[in-house]
Amino acid sequence: MREETNSKILRTLPREKAFYFFTSIGNYTGESAASLKEFVEKTNEVNVKSLEFHLYRGDFEKWIDETLEDKELATEIGGLRILNYSGTMLKEHLHNIVAKRYEKLSGNFKIV
Amino acid sequence: MKFKNNTLALDATDYEILESLQEDSRQTYTAIGKRLGIAHSTVYDRIKRMEKYGIIKRYTAVIDAEQVGGKIITAIMTVFTDPKESEKVAKILCEAPQVLEVYTSLSEELQIIAKVFAENQEALHAFIANSVAPLPGVLRIRTSMVTKKFKETQFSVANDPKKLTFIKEAHNKIGENKP
Repeated sequence: MREETNSKILRTLPREKAFYFFTSIGNYTGESAASLKEFVEKTNEVNVKSLEFHLYRGDFEKWIDETLEDKELATEIGGLRILNYSGTMLKEHLHNIVAKRYEKLSGNFKIV
Repeated sequence: MKFKNNTLALDATDYEILESLQEDSRQTYTAIGKRLGIAHSTVYDRIKRMEKYGIIKRYTAVIDAEQVGGKIITAIMTVFTDPKESEKVAKILCEAPQVLEVYTSLSEELQIIAKVFAENQEALHAFIANSVAPLPGVLRIRTSMVTKKFKETQFSVANDPKKLTFIKEAHNKIGENKP
């Protein structure tokens, strides 16, 4: 049962359900993530402005909760929002949270 | 009004009729004729012919969007695309009710420039994030929100370069004919 849930969260989504990274209203960076694995990679690659934009709008939480269907990770990211981090600090914390979650779910205990 | 290579070549009277219609397309043939000093039957014939040959495409109403839909926002969206997919992207954008105008432009990269509107910034973002960014071939998007409108007009015969040339030529001819 748990494995089923894990693989559901780790699945690759169709293009239209991917997360698209913007830096502000209507300004798309060209980066997207269609799975948790890709999301982990992108949080380390995209412009930090994009991370700030989406985190404080609640876009990450919403996508992770409603599309990836990982309530646990969504709650954890919601907690990060309250801390009011920005810049590199935010990038490191966010990447750390999602990377750890990915490692836990995939059983791949390597630093991503 | 003459035919050149199966296309209708317009003369000064045609331009004047068109200009008159662009000011108010609901005025009668008689009113236009009076204004231009020509018979209403001439106005009728010329208008019918210009309709037939697609010079006059349609008669429409110019609507003030803010009066009808309340406060709306307008934005200019530049979509950078993979050249192989740009045609498809442009066609899909044309079908979206939020999109008012679509153009392609080639500077350093192939771009699609579209004028879009939405009821607020959130709706604009949702449209771009959910309906434009996921389209195959979209590389990135830049959007500028319109903050103040200085001019908005349709193509008018009053600023048609061909007409300007015509006027210039007419002036030259008048000059030549002077004793």
